[in-house]
Amino acid sequence: MDAKTEKSNLIAGETGDWEVVIGMEVHAQVTSNAKLFSGARTEFGGEPNAHVSLVDAAMPGMLPVINEACVAQAVRTGLGLKAEINLSSVFDRKNYFYPDLPQGYQISQYKNPIVGEGEVIVDLLSGERVVVGIERLHLEQDAGKSLHDQHPQNSYVDLNRSGVALMEIVSKPDLRSSEQAKAYVSKLRTILRYLGTCDGNMEEGSLRADVNVSVRRPGDGFGTRCEIKNVNSIRFIGQAIEYEARRQIEIIEDGGTIDQETRLFDAKTGETRSMRSKEEAHDYRYFPDPDLLPLELTQDFVDEIAGSLPELPDEKRARFIADYGLTPYDADVLVSERESVDYFEDVAKGRDAKQAANWVINELFGRLNKEGLAIDDSPISSAQLGGIVDLIKAGTISGKIAKDVFDIVWTEGGDPAEIVEKRGMKQVTDTRAIEKAVDEVMAANPDKVAQAKEKPAVAGWFVGQVMKATGGKASPQAVNALLKSKLGLE
Amino acid sequence: MTDLTDLTIADAREGLAAKSFSAVELAEAHLAAIRCANRALNAYVLETPERALDMAKQSDARLAKGEAGTLEGIPLGIKDLFCTKDVRTTACSHILDRFTPPYESTVTANLWDAGAVMLGKLNNDEFAMGSSNETSFYGEVVNPWRRAGSDAPLVPGGSSGGSSAAVAARLCLGATATDTGGSIRQPAAFTGTVGVKPTYGRCSRWGIVAFASSLDQAGPIARTVRDAAILLGVMASHDPKDATSADLPVPDFEAAVGQGVKGLTIGIPKEYRVEGMAPEIEALWQQGIAWLTEAGATVKDISLPHTKYALPSYYIVAPAEASSNLARYDGVRYGLREPGKDVLSMYENTRESGFGAEVKRRVLIGTYVLSAGYYDAYYLKAQKVRTLIKRDFDQAFENVDAILTPTTPAPAFAAGEKSGDPLEMYLNDIFTVTVNMAGLPGISVPAGLSSEGTPLGLQVIGRPFDEETLFRVGHALEEAAGPMAKPQDWWSKS
Repeated sequence: MDAKTEKSNLIAGETGDWEVVIGMEVHAQVTSNAKLFSGARTEFGGEPNAHVSLVDAAMPGMLPVINEACVAQAVRTGLGLKAEINLSSVFDRKNYFYPDLPQGYQISQYKNPIVGEGEVIVDLLSGERVVVGIERLHLEQDAGKSLHDQHPQNSYVDLNRSGVALMEIVSKPDLRSSEQAKAYVSKLRTILRYLGTCDGNMEEGSLRADVNVSVRRPGDGFGTRCEIKNVNSIRFIGQAIEYEARRQIEIIEDGGTIDQETRLFDAKTGETRSMRSKEEAHDYRYFPDPDLLPLELTQDFVDEIAGSLPELPDEKRARFIADYGLTPYDADVLVSERESVDYFEDVAKGRDAKQAANWVINELFGRLNKEGLAIDDSPISSAQLGGIVDLIKAGTISGKIAKDVFDIVWTEGGDPAEIVEKRGMKQVTDTRAIEKAVDEVMAANPDKVAQAKEKPAVAGWFVGQVMKATGGKASPQAVNALLKSKLGLE
Repeated sequence: MTDLTDLTIADAREGLAAKSFSAVELAEAHLAAIRCANRALNAYVLETPERALDMAKQSDARLAKGEAGTLEGIPLGIKDLFCTKDVRTTACSHILDRFTPPYESTVTANLWDAGAVMLGKLNNDEFAMGSSNETSFYGEVVNPWRRAGSDAPLVPGGSSGGSSAAVAARLCLGATATDTGGSIRQPAAFTGTVGVKPTYGRCSRWGIVAFASSLDQAGPIARTVRDAAILLGVMASHDPKDATSADLPVPDFEAAVGQGVKGLTIGIPKEYRVEGMAPEIEALWQQGIAWLTEAGATVKDISLPHTKYALPSYYIVAPAEASSNLARYDGVRYGLREPGKDVLSMYENTRESGFGAEVKRRVLIGTYVLSAGYYDAYYLKAQKVRTLIKRDFDQAFENVDAILTPTTPAPAFAAGEKSGDPLEMYLNDIFTVTVNMAGLPGISVPAGLSSEGTPLGLQVIGRPFDEETLFRVGHALEEAAGPMAKPQDWWSKS
């Protein structure tokens, strides 16, 4: 068995256990204003063929010119994946005919990619950690889109995407379960979003994966793989792998063999189906694109980008655990989305980080989840939430009142301190006022006073009554202390 | 008044400046000549008289205001490989039927910015694939030169056969051309004109229909070395839209003309003495050596040992790139579309009907040599040979300033003579392809007439980006050879 085999990941078949082996080719759209080799815009949407230059439409005599911003993004991504940056790389032509491929070839990188080997650390909810090797990252052009539903006989072509820069990030076959594969793509997406090199928007197709799946008996060599093309959600990736692994196991257990082929995932049925066999595979006739010179980078260019990298999720997570004393789970929840961690760090800045984390995770995320909102849509800003945390810290309000304040800010907005002031929600710390309330409650309930002396737990009832009498504003610590002494429980 | 179509560009420039004639008169004289000649020669595939007169009028206005550009009012023909804005551009292929680009190639834009006047689009071999201008969808071009005592049509060379024929027949003062394996120099040699293939990267390829991207270069065909220098000076530029364009200043090429060859060392490569070369070509070469020696140059024997591999390697590299470059002609977005029952059959029908036999042959060769299992044996090997060829030249240029060779192994041949045998046709490029493979500049200068009375050319090869030495040596040869004879006008019909 290899080091990555885990008993818990094995799939039970009719004839024994099977291990699934997964490698991923993730296509991530580079965040850039212009396309990889033309000045046309890259934004999603727009009328069909609104963002198409003469180069993108492969008009006669048009030539590609590399967009340096895309190169910088690829290097940035490579550095974020702790990968080697190849100072010299080559663009090749991948030749095939398709109506949404105007040049009749895709400009890609074949033998000499811009980024070499790296790694991604994936932590699963179970606590399992997988280090996934990155084989390479290369830059390539996206194709256009064929529209088959616009006309009864003809297809239309939309070239808005044609020529948009993609990074193809190829993993080693290091994944052993659909959970790992999903977690890997999530983590990769997080890293890309931290780096600002891909927006990670899977619905808009900014991130999609080709999934290579094979099965084997634990300890055996690799089985024959099938490649599932263009899976565009993390959930679908999981479904596709589950289905495909089962399909392959069944075939082998029935005495069959797996044909190497390219398959498609059907989101409606949750199944994969054959797209083309190995025999039908294209001969892409790769060769270096003579329109482009080899891409030569200087070490200074790379170093400058390295110097501008943000703190990445792994480092943030480690820092949150070590410096803030957060649990690994809380740290994971916070670092998984760049917007969340930015929000959290705003709240935590100059405040008790653990308390900030509690408020962000439990109150804010809880409420956002309940209402189906993203962090960017939060009605409460980090400054407002920070204000609430400050009020607790200063003893102005209790944690309980703070939740009310949170609720008011959520629905009505406003400055938490002002709300507390105006609505008289300030915590009563004046012991004379609290003492008065305690005395009144005790005087009105002599039987309970007697009970409490026998059963100290009854003191809790008194706390509730006093809090009720003070409209919840009494400092719970002060109430507790007074009751204990007056009831003689000390 | 002298015949305006017989002027050199340098003369016309002076005449226009001196107001001896107007740009409109100059354009009209050429348009009239084209009208009389084109049926016989088929040099132009598209005449643009209205545009020419309009441009000439604007030139006259600028001349009057003293704002004349370098080529103000000079009427030129443009090879149909150059995309010209709002003017049909087809690369003489059926597949680009009626294609009218909404953009102007960088080279032609440079010409118009300098005040040049466009007379029309010139015929060429389809997609510049050919050495005789017989593969054009618009029919073959006829060489204005004939063998003494014969009416048999000769080819004007190719692929820039329309350019060479038009310049030789006085249907323009100069023309743009392109050279992938000899397509400027060989037609120039066949028509008694001067053709320059500049260093790869000297002229922008942007807006020129691509044949083989790593070999294609634009250059001029003109009647004198000076005219060629004037034209190249305007055509050349660094262009950020072409990643292979050289970011170097463009020297004053015209200033090099007439500087003489004293102190220059000229290399004579022994490998260019090929089997079967006509004795008169050998004699011409010796004559060229004698002229340069007399003019003060030192001549030195050199060796370019990998020369014999150049042609076979070229016919791997060029078709490989072409097979990919021509993939965009699929009937989807522009040009010809032949419907089919599905996309695949539409592709097949369009390309079957749109491409001629020579283009198909090269696409097939190119596809084959790039295929899985053959790539290393053909394409990769050819690229290695290319490196060796380049190294041969690098080493030679340590000892010599330029290299003198014949341009072609034989003078212009008869129409139909070689079109049935591609290999024999390809052999025409034997002296010229090395220059493209090494990315060097080369010039062909008319140096005499064959025993049959047809032109012969000598080629000078220079160091990268040292076109100036080519113009010096080329001009010395031109001076020594004396005024080039003019083809006798048999083609004009009013």
